[in-house]
Amino acid sequence: MKDKKEHILKALKKGVRYDGRKLLEYRKITVEPGIVHGAEGSAKVKIGDTEIIAGVKIALETPYPDTPEKGNLMVNAELRPMANPDFESGPPGEEAIEIARVIDRGIRESKAIDQEKLCIEKGEKAWSVMIDLVPLNASGNLLDAGALAALAALKNTVFPEITEEGIINYDKKTKEKLPLQKEPLEVTVLKIGEYFVVDPLPEEEELLDARLTVALTAENMICAVQKGGTEPLSIKEIDTMVGIAQDKAKELRKLL
Amino acid sequence: METLKVKNRDIVVPGETLAEGMGFLPSRGTYRIRKEIKAQRLGMISVDKKVIKLIPLTGAYLPKVGDKIIVKVIDIMMSGWRVDTRSAYSAVLGLKDATSDYIAKGADLTQYFGLEDHMIAQITNVTSQKLIDVTMRGPGLRKLRGGRIITVNSHKVPRVIGKEGSMVTMVKQATDCNIIVGQNGRIWIDGEPEKEILAEEAIKKIEKEAHTAGLTDSIKKFLEKKTSKKLEVKGGSQK
Repeated sequence: MKDKKEHILKALKKGVRYDGRKLLEYRKITVEPGIVHGAEGSAKVKIGDTEIIAGVKIALETPYPDTPEKGNLMVNAELRPMANPDFESGPPGEEAIEIARVIDRGIRESKAIDQEKLCIEKGEKAWSVMIDLVPLNASGNLLDAGALAALAALKNTVFPEITEEGIINYDKKTKEKLPLQKEPLEVTVLKIGEYFVVDPLPEEEELLDARLTVALTAENMICAVQKGGTEPLSIKEIDTMVGIAQDKAKELRKLL
Repeated sequence: METLKVKNRDIVVPGETLAEGMGFLPSRGTYRIRKEIKAQRLGMISVDKKVIKLIPLTGAYLPKVGDKIIVKVIDIMMSGWRVDTRSAYSAVLGLKDATSDYIAKGADLTQYFGLEDHMIAQITNVTSQKLIDVTMRGPGLRKLRGGRIITVNSHKVPRVIGKEGSMVTMVKQATDCNIIVGQNGRIWIDGEPEKEILAEEAIKKIEKEAHTAGLTDSIKKFLEKKTSKKLEVKGGSQK
C-alpha cells in the first residue's frame, strides 16, 4: 500500500496520472438521456470505464406531515456486484448510502425541483420524485457520474397521464416536464499528498488523503458539500478545491 | 469410419465434434464421448498425426509446477502467507520458502510481506486437489516494490513474452521500464510514469492481437512510432 502510494505520488509530481491523464482532466464523458422506456426520465452516463444509469419514477403519494405542501424527493443508489466484484449484495452499504445522500443533498438544497408545484392537494396528494442510481460498471468517480446522470434524467422527465378516475396511466406520457428551477452538478476533488486531482480512478480513490464533493448550480453557486477521507483540509485548500470544482462544473455542463 | 472434422489451427467451441472414429486420440482440452472426440473449451486445434490437442484461448490460469507467477498476499498465517495466484486456487508460501533469515516464533511476518503485497514466486508443488506451494527462493524471485500490476489473459502470456523473450525485451528496450511477466497473466511494470503507460498500452495491444501473424513487426512499428527510437528485435520474427 505504501509502495503504491509513493509510486502514484512520484507520477503526480510529474503531472501524470495513473492512466496518463493530467491532474485536472476528466476521462471521456458521454451522456445518453432517455434510455429506459419504463421510467418517466432516465439517462446513462459514462465517464471512462465508469457507467451509471439514473432512472426517475414519479408517483402520486401523500406528502409527509411536516411538509404538507411539498411533493417528496427520494434518491437511492444500488451498488450491485455486477458493477464491481468488491460490491456485495444485500442491504446498501456505507458507500451506496453516501452516494445517494450526497446526490440527494445536491438536488434538495439547490431547490432544483420546485417541490411545491408537485403538490396537487395540500396534505393529501402530491407527486413524489424517486431517483434510482444503478452503476453498471464502477471504475471510480461514481459521485460525479451519478450526479450528472441524475440531472440528465431529471431534465428529460415527463409526467404520466392521469385518467379520469384519478389513476396514473404510466403507458401514456404527457409533454409536461418536471418543474426544474436549478441544475445542480457535483464535482469531486481529491487530495492525494499535496496534489489535487479530479475524476479519480479506483486506484486513486483507495489512496486518497481527503476528498471534497461540491454541488454547484448553473450559476456556480455552492449548494452542498461533502468531505471524505481521513486527512483534514485547511481553509486555503478548501478554497482551491472549490475553485477547481467550479471550473470543472462549467466543463461538465456543456455535455448536457 | 474415421474422419477428421477440423483442420490444424482451427478455432473450435466447447462441444464441437473434432473427429469421429477410434483411430484418433484425445489429448489436452479434448474428450471422447462414444466414438466422437469433442472440444472441452474454446481454443485452437493442433493435430499431430492421430493426436488431437486443443490450445485454450480463454479461461482462468491453471497452476503448473515450475511456473513463475506474480502472487498477491491475501492472508498472513501462523507460519507463512496465503497468496492469490489468479487461478481458482490460492497458494501457500511457507516461512522456509520465503526467506533465509531466522524468524523467531511469533514474529511479525508483515515485515517481510504484508497484505496486498505482490511478489514474483515459483510454484514448487501442485497436488491433485490443487493445493499449491510457492517459494521465493530462487534467482529473480522477490517482492515487487512500486510499479504497477496489470493483468492479461494467462493464455496470451507466451505471446507477450515472445520467442526467447523477444517481445518483452523489445517493450523493455522501447520504454526503459522494468517488466516482469508472470505465467498467471499478472505483469509488473516499473518505470517513468509516461513510459509505464506506453508499456501497458503495448502489452494490451499484444494481448488483443495475439492471434495475428506478424505481431512482432506490428508491435515494433507501434513502439517505434510512439518513442521515435530504432528498435532491434532479437530472436527473429514470429510466425
